[in-house]
Amino acid sequence: MSCATSDLEVQEEEEEEGGGGDHEERAHLEEGGGGGGSFQTQPLRHDDLKEMLDSNKDSLKLEAMKRIVAMIARGKNASDLFPAVVKNVACKNIEVKKLVYVYLVRYAEEQQDLALLSISTFQRGLKDPNQLIRASALRVLSSIRVTIIVPIMMLAIKEAASDMSPYVRKTAAHAIPKLYSLDPEQKDQLIEVIEKLLADKTTLVAGSVVMAFEEVCPERIDLIHKNYRKLCNLLIDVEEWGQVVIINMLTRYARTQFLNPNINESLLEEGSGGDKTFYGSDEDEDEDEEEKEKNAEAPAMAKRKPYVMDPDHRLLLRNTKPLLQSRNAAVVMAVAQLYFHLAPKAEVGVIAKALVRLLRSHSEVQYVVLQNVATMTIKRRGMFEPYLKSFYIRSTDPTQIKVLKLEVLTNLANETNISTILREFQTYIKSMDKDFVAATIQAIGRCATNIGEVRDTCLNGLVQLLSNRDELVVAESVVVIKKLLQMQPEKHSDIIKHMAKLTDNIQVPMARASILWLIGEYCEHVPKIAPDVLRKMAKSFTNEEDIVKLQIINLAAKLYLTNSKQTKLLTQYVLNLAKYDQNYDIRDRARFIRQLIVPTEKSGALSKYAKKLFLALKPAPVLESPFKDRDHFQLGSLSHLLNAKAGGYQELPDWPEAAPDPSVRNVEVKDSVPEWTKCSSREKRKEKKVEKPFYSDSEGESGPTESADSESDSASGSESGSGSEESGSGSESVESEEGSESEEEEEDEEEKNKKKKKKELKKPVQESESEQSSEEEERKPERKSKQRKSDSESESDEEESESESSQSESEDSESEAEIKKKKKAAESKPPTKPVKKENKKEKKEMSLLDLDDFEPAPSPQVTPVNTFLSNSLVTDLEGLSLSDTVLSPATIAPSSALKNYELLHRITGEGLSVEYCFSRQPFSPDANMVAVQMQFTNNATSDTKNLHMEDVKLQSGMRVKEFPEIELLPAGETAAAVMGIDFCDSTQAANFQLCTHTKKFFVSIQPPVGELMRPIFLTENEFKKEQGQLMGMNEITEKLTLDAKCRNEHAIVQRVTTAANLSRVPCGSDKECSPPVPPPDHPIHRFAGRTVTSSSLVLVTVATKEEGAAQLTVNCEKMLIGTMLVKDILLALTQ
Amino acid sequence: MIHSLFLVNASGDIFLEKHWKSVVSRSVCDYFFEAQERATEPENVPPVIPTPHHYLISVLRHRIYFVAVIQSEVPPLFVIEFLHRVVDTFQDYFGVCTEAAIKDNVVVVYELLEEMLDNGFPLATESNILKELIKPPTILRTMVNTITGSTNVGEQLPTGQLSVVPWRRTGVKYTNNEAYFDVVEEIDAIIDKSGSTITAEIQGVIDACVKLTGMPDLTLSFMNPRLLDDVSFHPCVRFKRWEAERILSFIPPDGNFRLLSYHVSSQNLVAIPVYVKHNITFREGSSQGRFDLTLGPKQTMGKAVESVLVSSQLPRGVLNANLNPSQGTYTFDPVTKMLSWDVGKINPQKLPSLKGTMSLQAGASKPDENPSINIQFKIQQMAISGLKVNRLDMYGEKYKPFKGIKYMTKAGKFQVRT
Repeated sequence: MSCATSDLEVQEEEEEEGGGGDHEERAHLEEGGGGGGSFQTQPLRHDDLKEMLDSNKDSLKLEAMKRIVAMIARGKNASDLFPAVVKNVACKNIEVKKLVYVYLVRYAEEQQDLALLSISTFQRGLKDPNQLIRASALRVLSSIRVTIIVPIMMLAIKEAASDMSPYVRKTAAHAIPKLYSLDPEQKDQLIEVIEKLLADKTTLVAGSVVMAFEEVCPERIDLIHKNYRKLCNLLIDVEEWGQVVIINMLTRYARTQFLNPNINESLLEEGSGGDKTFYGSDEDEDEDEEEKEKNAEAPAMAKRKPYVMDPDHRLLLRNTKPLLQSRNAAVVMAVAQLYFHLAPKAEVGVIAKALVRLLRSHSEVQYVVLQNVATMTIKRRGMFEPYLKSFYIRSTDPTQIKVLKLEVLTNLANETNISTILREFQTYIKSMDKDFVAATIQAIGRCATNIGEVRDTCLNGLVQLLSNRDELVVAESVVVIKKLLQMQPEKHSDIIKHMAKLTDNIQVPMARASILWLIGEYCEHVPKIAPDVLRKMAKSFTNEEDIVKLQIINLAAKLYLTNSKQTKLLTQYVLNLAKYDQNYDIRDRARFIRQLIVPTEKSGALSKYAKKLFLALKPAPVLESPFKDRDHFQLGSLSHLLNAKAGGYQELPDWPEAAPDPSVRNVEVKDSVPEWTKCSSREKRKEKKVEKPFYSDSEGESGPTESADSESDSASGSESGSGSEESGSGSESVESEEGSESEEEEEDEEEKNKKKKKKELKKPVQESESEQSSEEEERKPERKSKQRKSDSESESDEEESESESSQSESEDSESEAEIKKKKKAAESKPPTKPVKKENKKEKKEMSLLDLDDFEPAPSPQVTPVNTFLSNSLVTDLEGLSLSDTVLSPATIAPSSALKNYELLHRITGEGLSVEYCFSRQPFSPDANMVAVQMQFTNNATSDTKNLHMEDVKLQSGMRVKEFPEIELLPAGETAAAVMGIDFCDSTQAANFQLCTHTKKFFVSIQPPVGELMRPIFLTENEFKKEQGQLMGMNEITEKLTLDAKCRNEHAIVQRVTTAANLSRVPCGSDKECSPPVPPPDHPIHRFAGRTVTSSSLVLVTVATKEEGAAQLTVNCEKMLIGTMLVKDILLALTQ
Repeated sequence: MIHSLFLVNASGDIFLEKHWKSVVSRSVCDYFFEAQERATEPENVPPVIPTPHHYLISVLRHRIYFVAVIQSEVPPLFVIEFLHRVVDTFQDYFGVCTEAAIKDNVVVVYELLEEMLDNGFPLATESNILKELIKPPTILRTMVNTITGSTNVGEQLPTGQLSVVPWRRTGVKYTNNEAYFDVVEEIDAIIDKSGSTITAEIQGVIDACVKLTGMPDLTLSFMNPRLLDDVSFHPCVRFKRWEAERILSFIPPDGNFRLLSYHVSSQNLVAIPVYVKHNITFREGSSQGRFDLTLGPKQTMGKAVESVLVSSQLPRGVLNANLNPSQGTYTFDPVTKMLSWDVGKINPQKLPSLKGTMSLQAGASKPDENPSINIQFKIQQMAISGLKVNRLDMYGEKYKPFKGIKYMTKAGKFQVRT
């Protein structure tokens, strides 16, 4: 008891501290203190709960918290327990703590002052060494909606945004919208944090930060530029909810940045009021087509330019496509809407199958999907036509689903399938669900208006329905028939007669009104019946519903005008009845009509026009889909579903007229792209190396390689894998990860600086070109890294092939390393395995940074190619000229120097694999072309025929000489061919399709800069002379430290000639002149060549100095080539 | 995004509420109740209801409405999919997702909801992560907990959230390592009056129950992968590998999960395993109707058709049915007019039939619609599409797992029009 009192005091103190101190609260407390120990009574009173919370036992606290949470769940007010609960915020027991958090988040807003007591606990938590505790502290802190702590939250978010743990950063991203909703004033600061987090390279953060972006600053589309490609590439590994948000945001982004892929088409459509394509029958459509041709305005045609899709636009489409296979309906829908809004018309079709699949899901999912499909079917009917039967209706479907399916079926109807659809509709009419039957009848009406051929059939069918027993059915039919008849009344007087008879039976007011209107409107077609109908109606006038009465007056007036002889009296009678009707509308109408049609002395003026007024030709109503024009809302959005703008909806912008500068999306190569590559790879491997990224394993691990790989892995434990991986990157613990990260950042910083310098160098002169090239450079590593992450569709094979060859990061590096290991062993160089591998790894990682990988091609397949090729003439020459000391001709240009690249992997190529290398031989048909040696291997079990290339896509100026078609490549066989490409002295890729008799593969060949030149022979003097003319801007000098293994002459020469197709300038002249002098300690090596296309000179000088220091000079007219070459050679020499 | 969640039972009571942002009064649900009243059937409540200040997005499962309150634009499917995921999680935790189960485990439910959403944005939805955070209640644990006062909340921190394989727990250990796969195919069909097939398609799923130690890497290949026309995967499946080789390669989650769902390409003709002979007539003027139904097997490849259940919604005019089944039992609910006949197994020698009369309201005209017949059945040890698993291999772990595969064909939405 004494214990309880002391607790009580504490509580009171706290209350006073918090300044809350309301008396009611205290009264409660005292009561609680008095009635101590009575907590067994059920249900527990609040004071008992308080006592339990004050106890020392965790179990009692927990029990109390559970009861409190149950109260909250039921919606009972538990706010007066706040002081007692908040004390336990620092409780050691995890579950108590969690439940306290739940309570806090729920009530903190109501009890702001008291809530402040808990803040210090969270602030402490923010500093905890454990990332999960930091994250949870931030999460709760940011969820407490107390305005006073906004600065604290801001600070915490900023700190967490640069936390080393991605999980904490993710939590920070979550906290941003919370703070924003609490205090929108903080927007600017929050945008800064968002900007920072957008640059984050982990998949964990990506979804959350884009979410924050969408909530806080969706208009700041400029923040996305730099992260666009990264987001596209990360997308597939992001968790599913994040994917939805990112895809929706990217849809909007793409609409502002890229050109409409259907631009030509839409111009045409505008030319002739496009929507007819749907509502007109196909006949009309054909006419439209012709019309379009004529109508399309001349300027529009002139404006039309051949459309080329931005590669970034393509990237987005390609990287989202596999997500159509997601199990998450929201992701599938997001991709579908992206394709609908962004893809070229021909490609939109892929989404149909996935959407139809969603129709198997829960009825709510069906409901949303069908709404979207209904909108899509209006614009792109063909897409869903093959799936017509999937929209057939079952009697067990809920009505709202039935109606939507009906809508889709109606939209899909055309004259080829209308008969099947109508047959279906006939079954639906017999359904017990009357709402659905009514909807079906309307659907038939719409089919009839849209498709001329079946109009009569439909009309007949509907007329038959008039004898249906169900009044609702009849009524709906009448209404629809009325609409149909308006289109061509003269043909259907018998139907009108038939309907006139129905007035005896039909009681549904709307239907009666419709019939009366019809008879009145077309009374000249039924001159005998009309007065009779009026007679009957006059009789029953007083008992009719209001709308029917109005139509009776209408009918009377029209008959009076056309056939006054017979109906004058009847009309008078009806009008008199109406005059005394209870409804003022009807009285008004009667008075008005009387004035109009019965000429009196006073009001002659208007009655002259009565005929014109009443008997004017009325246009037929247009029966159109309620889903028409809904696609101006982004599909899949709430606004689209409701057909009204929901709060916070971001308009889908129209396509821009001209594409904004695409270079805004360029990212500094060394700055970010490779870093996130590494970073994410580290993420990936951190846990266990068997863990592979979602979906996107690289091809390397497939097939037999994989089994061998993983078996050996498991045998040797994970040490080899992690060893190779972890060269300089983080291990499992976060701290060490952090350390390495910062190291890397430093490195990157340096590299960035270097790069900047270089950029400055070249920019002033050849701005445009250098920009292009740097873009190219930058893109390439990015692509490489992407391969691991994203699985791209077959179209992306072009890039895959590249990355295959040089790309090392992912699992296949292990197997590759394995192979190398074996190879090395065979060469009887037995170093310790892990070390060996690590070296490899290091090299590889480095090489990722650059265009090319200078490692001799490791794959054993090299041999056959090399036997096929002979060493080039120039290398022979070189051997001759260097006859004397160190070098032997056999080693100077080792055949393995020809690096093999992969054009088509055997998996993507479905058994066909293609490798290529730059053979460095002059290409005989055209000297300006680079010879590319291709080697085809058929790994499949069946023969491949008619191997040839098609559809070559080149940058302007480039040319390709295709290789001769290979008629037959039997299973297991290998064939070789040579093709020539004129790259125009640029490293632009040549894209083309590799076709077999059954398949087509998109592939691309991108040359390393060193292959764009051919060697020439120069003497040292000539060299110096030429060099003298290529000074200034044409000279690039770089200092470097030679790799330890590359300090002798032989190694330098070999590495340079491997990197670039150059020949060595015999530099022994000084030696030759004075043989007694020993060779200088620091020789200078010179290499010369000309670019293939423009024959510009390329001169390379490597001057060695003390202790491996060296200076590399490249003189070249083409600065672009020079810059790139410097980089390549630098890399070759320093590795 | 998701502001609040209300759980509403069949009688229209809110029995649980949870708010992720500031509190939304439960009176917002009045709009929902209005819509509920308007709808004739429970499943006809529109999934999205706009109200002046909020939007209500609801799903109906196990006769409970899960009503999410939204304040601004969000893809509706996002919310719907999430709500279904919540229900799946509850089912996973409590075995059933009923009002009683939720009320009994209200604390666990609350903890789950707290973890699944942060500020209305999904945080941890993967069942394996959640199970690390919050242990599912078992009878034993509940008893121990009440005695010792220990907790449901996992003691160790959920490292799974940080993993790149978020679907798999780390440190899984089993004494018996087993991997079971169930290939379940469902036939959706509409058969018209004359017995010809209007539409028929096969949808299949592969449900797996994998209890393997460590981090196994499995590959599953099919004899005839070409059959699969459209597929959707559990996130663990490597899409690339499937694209290239038509092999399922994955690190499985621990426990039960749906590996794959697929659609069999529509070019393949679907074998319809049962046929129905029916004669349901109402005569004008008489207050009697005849009901005659016979079932028979067709194209079952020698396998028995089991667990056959026939149900039909008879016209409103039918007062009662007086029928005589040759096997099994039938029930007729005079209120909902639902006739259901539990047939059991079809014996090809002696075909099951249900014959008799229906009594109609006296004086009422004959109903002009004919009821359609829904059929459920199961065929064991057969996948009707002919899909066959070729082999299952495991890499990455050394032990030999026990592998099992089971095929089954079921009726999906199998409807016969009369």
